[in-house]
Amino acid sequence: MNRIRLLIPAALAVTFALPAHADNHTVSQVKKSFSVPVVKAKVGDTIEFRNDDDFAHNVFSLSDAQSFDLGSYKKGEVRSVKLAKEGVIEVECAIHPDMKMKIEVKK
Amino acid sequence: MPARTSTRRFSLPLVLLFCLLIIGAAVANESDPWLRPLSAPAPADNQPTDARVALGEMLFFDPRLSRKANMSCASCHNPSLGWSDGLRTATGFDMQTLARATPTIINAAFNPIQMWDGRKGTLEEQALGPIEAGGEMNMPLPEMVTRLKTIHGYAPKFEQAYPGQGISEVTVARAIASYERTVLSTESPFDRWRKGDAKAVSDSAKRGFDLFTGKANCAICHMGYNFTDNGFHNIGVKDSAEDVGRFAQKPLKSMRGAFKTPTLRDIALTGPYMRNGAYVTLMEVVEHYDRGGDDKSNLDINMTPLNLSAVEKADLVAFMESLTGAPREVRVPVLPR
Repeated sequence: MNRIRLLIPAALAVTFALPAHADNHTVSQVKKSFSVPVVKAKVGDTIEFRNDDDFAHNVFSLSDAQSFDLGSYKKGEVRSVKLAKEGVIEVECAIHPDMKMKIEVKK
Repeated sequence: MPARTSTRRFSLPLVLLFCLLIIGAAVANESDPWLRPLSAPAPADNQPTDARVALGEMLFFDPRLSRKANMSCASCHNPSLGWSDGLRTATGFDMQTLARATPTIINAAFNPIQMWDGRKGTLEEQALGPIEAGGEMNMPLPEMVTRLKTIHGYAPKFEQAYPGQGISEVTVARAIASYERTVLSTESPFDRWRKGDAKAVSDSAKRGFDLFTGKANCAICHMGYNFTDNGFHNIGVKDSAEDVGRFAQKPLKSMRGAFKTPTLRDIALTGPYMRNGAYVTLMEVVEHYDRGGDDKSNLDINMTPLNLSAVEKADLVAFMESLTGAPREVRVPVLPR
């Protein structure tokens, strides 16, 4: 009984610490542009970047909010990043620096 | 009188046909991604005027912008050598040999990012870079401004170009950028072919264009009217010492050894080729791509061996040579004293 008493608050803490539900957002890289200039998302969501061009793209961010490098990949391939904390993440393609977009992450 | 009436009847359809052809040609030019726009874009705060271009021309050719007053922008960006220097890599301050080739400034006005590693954005930002770089003109910018102020002939030129703004780092950069925006490629045989002159280029060049946009896969980077994606790629050029290239600006794995895709406009005038002048001829360049590059330690994933035949290689060279127009006339200015 004592163990159950201990577990209930722990389970509640975990439940409330997690977001209600995590969403997937898909961004296409097409015609040397990201398909949207801004994605509004929340912590725990996943952003999928799909290359729809006939040549390779890269996806990275060196933002303070979250930095990542998904590498370079060819047409049809999808790579994703999970959003770890709130803030504004500036995303670019390293190969084509005129390709830029933002992810606005809220709690 | 009857004869006059007859002329009118005959001329109207012809006039209409002529108008349609003109409109058709204009639409075709606008919609052809391989044809260069007639003019280069300029920032709102530095729209070109005759006075600005003339001042920029003087500054571009003036060696007094360098510490020892012996190098001008034109020393490396020499209009007689395709606005480059004809060397494998540049010669800088005190005749030292630099690590990278001098890029041509032809059509740099269309580039949204400047330098082999993209460390400068606009032409205005770029213009001051080599002046103050220790290995190049090695001139501290405050000293450059002071020196220009002692050359009395410059003050009225700056006043005419940038009224009330005086001689400053900003106005020097803006004037040089204004001049550089006039350094544009001229109409090439390739352009005339695209506009409908079937005889403007050889059959070999036409086949070369098909290879360029097809089997040889060149156009995935050398795309559009300026034949560049304004992007950065490691194409596996051999080096005696590693040059990390774009990685110094963007510390990402794919950027190690990556450099900006250069224009191919006026390519026959701008050799040696590659960012370290590795190749003297365009055939050597084609051979490089046919091998799929040499240094494969961090190769761009677009790079693969092409398995081109000897004829196909020659066709690609013929096509690239067709991108060179008649050199534009260049005036060497008399400098203020």
